[in-house]
Amino acid sequence: MTDMLSISGLWKSFAGFVATRDVSFDLKAGELHAVIGPNGAGKTTFFNLITGHLRPDKGAVSFEGRDLVGLPPQKIVRLGIARSFQRINIYPRLTVFENVQVALIAHEGQQWNLFRPGRSLHREGTAELLELVGLAAEGAETAGELSYGKQKQLELAIALASQPRLLLLDEPTAGMSPQETGETIASVRDIVKARGLTLLFTEHDMAVVFGIAERISVLHHGEIIASGDPDAVRNDAEVRRVYLGEHGLGEQGHG
Amino acid sequence: MPQRRHLVASAIVVLLLALLPLAGSRYAVDLTTEVLIYALFALSLNVIIGFTGNISFGHAAYFAIGGYACTILLTTYNWPLAASLPAAVVLAGLVAAVVGYFCVRLTQIYFAMLTLAFAMLVWGVAFKWKAVTGGDDGFTGIKLPAMLAHHVGYFYFTLAVVAVGVAALWVICHSAFGLTLVAIRENAVRAGFIGVDTRRMRWAAFTVAGTFGGLAGALFGMYHRGMYIENAYWTESANVLIMVLLGGIYSFVGPIFGAAALHLLQTFTNQYTPYWPTVLGLILLVIVLALPDGLIGLAARVKARRGRT
Repeated sequence: MTDMLSISGLWKSFAGFVATRDVSFDLKAGELHAVIGPNGAGKTTFFNLITGHLRPDKGAVSFEGRDLVGLPPQKIVRLGIARSFQRINIYPRLTVFENVQVALIAHEGQQWNLFRPGRSLHREGTAELLELVGLAAEGAETAGELSYGKQKQLELAIALASQPRLLLLDEPTAGMSPQETGETIASVRDIVKARGLTLLFTEHDMAVVFGIAERISVLHHGEIIASGDPDAVRNDAEVRRVYLGEHGLGEQGHG
Repeated sequence: MPQRRHLVASAIVVLLLALLPLAGSRYAVDLTTEVLIYALFALSLNVIIGFTGNISFGHAAYFAIGGYACTILLTTYNWPLAASLPAAVVLAGLVAAVVGYFCVRLTQIYFAMLTLAFAMLVWGVAFKWKAVTGGDDGFTGIKLPAMLAHHVGYFYFTLAVVAVGVAALWVICHSAFGLTLVAIRENAVRAGFIGVDTRRMRWAAFTVAGTFGGLAGALFGMYHRGMYIENAYWTESANVLIMVLLGGIYSFVGPIFGAAALHLLQTFTNQYTPYWPTVLGLILLVIVLALPDGLIGLAARVKARRGRT
């Protein structure tokens, strides 16, 4: 397999605090890859650096051979990288249906069409995506009034609407009940496999991580201290030291 | 899509308005002409406020540019109306494009202050460029085509132009473009992550708003047979802003109701007391404290409550 995403020597600091320290990282096409690490380890910053939300101080990010550093988010999305956010990031006053519809409009470059009624576009595509994430019945509801778990599902549908090849999910199950977490992760895995996507996700629930990740990278104080298949990471001495006292790695989720 | 229902309703409103001169009251015809102009003006501002989520505090600039340009071209240069009106609208749109280019780099209060600053520059030009604009004496003695000289003729002209303007804004606001603008209003960061260049979209919206604001201004200048620097002053920007807020920013038609309510209230209040600014202050208080989504929002809430009981 070839490297889809290739990162080398990435640095980012905020007012002296180093959030990303010399991170090098390769992601192969088709891989399900988890980034884990204690709170404040720099997982979200790492995602923000890849997707153009933040600009790295130093280092290179390349996606399918294209340099991403300095590109704004809207350009990076168009190259085939979509993401969800740890904190809910939807259009609260639009309906659930419109939340996804707008993403499809943008994906097709129709946001500059001043004549065609927006609500008549991509009705089928939107309905399919809502069906896929289990929100088929909620289309007409105001997005901001959905339950937390359903808003997370909506996030996923919005990200999928950009037809990415690489999907970045930042804590897709944060705040969900254990049952919702299990369902969500199963559905994410099915979607990713069915569509042949590459998945990079952060997650705090170790049961989830070791349940679906094919490779795991561990961030600690902005550095990748271990990267490899689940067994190798589970048995890594450094990782064990970092997580010591938190919980046994991969034995019990603390969702 | 309930579009047919909207079309029928709009057609009925336009027809009813067209019957108004039959009532024989010049006062009613003039007042309605003013309301129509302000309705278009307020709708144009709401493209920025309701659709991109930024408050412009300088929308009078484009109103004034449209008004001055149209009346000056008609009078000083003897252009026909068919040329001066479109030219005025295009000029207002171009200035909005230039100003908007800088303003959309900012958001929130900084955006508002920059729009205000540019509007004050426009006011300064109108004030200082006496040879062209008449300065603080105003630009008067407008030459109007004969068919528009009569108040009823001008009313029908205004009704037609405003109807076309409102229809055009309706199409734009409900287009894929308009829906994407609402997404930007709701969450600009997220809109960026679905591949939308939010700054360019907001720039386009600003230009659209300025263009239609200029159209309203041109109608206003001809109606008043003149333009005055007060029409470019920040209080005029504040006035149309209050119209938009009063009507409700989250609904397309809200600003029309806001414009009608505020203008009629102002006219009637002025007949009884010189304290309009005080009344305006009270209206603002009510909007901020009780009607955050305007008259339209209030109507929706009343309807919802009735539906429940």
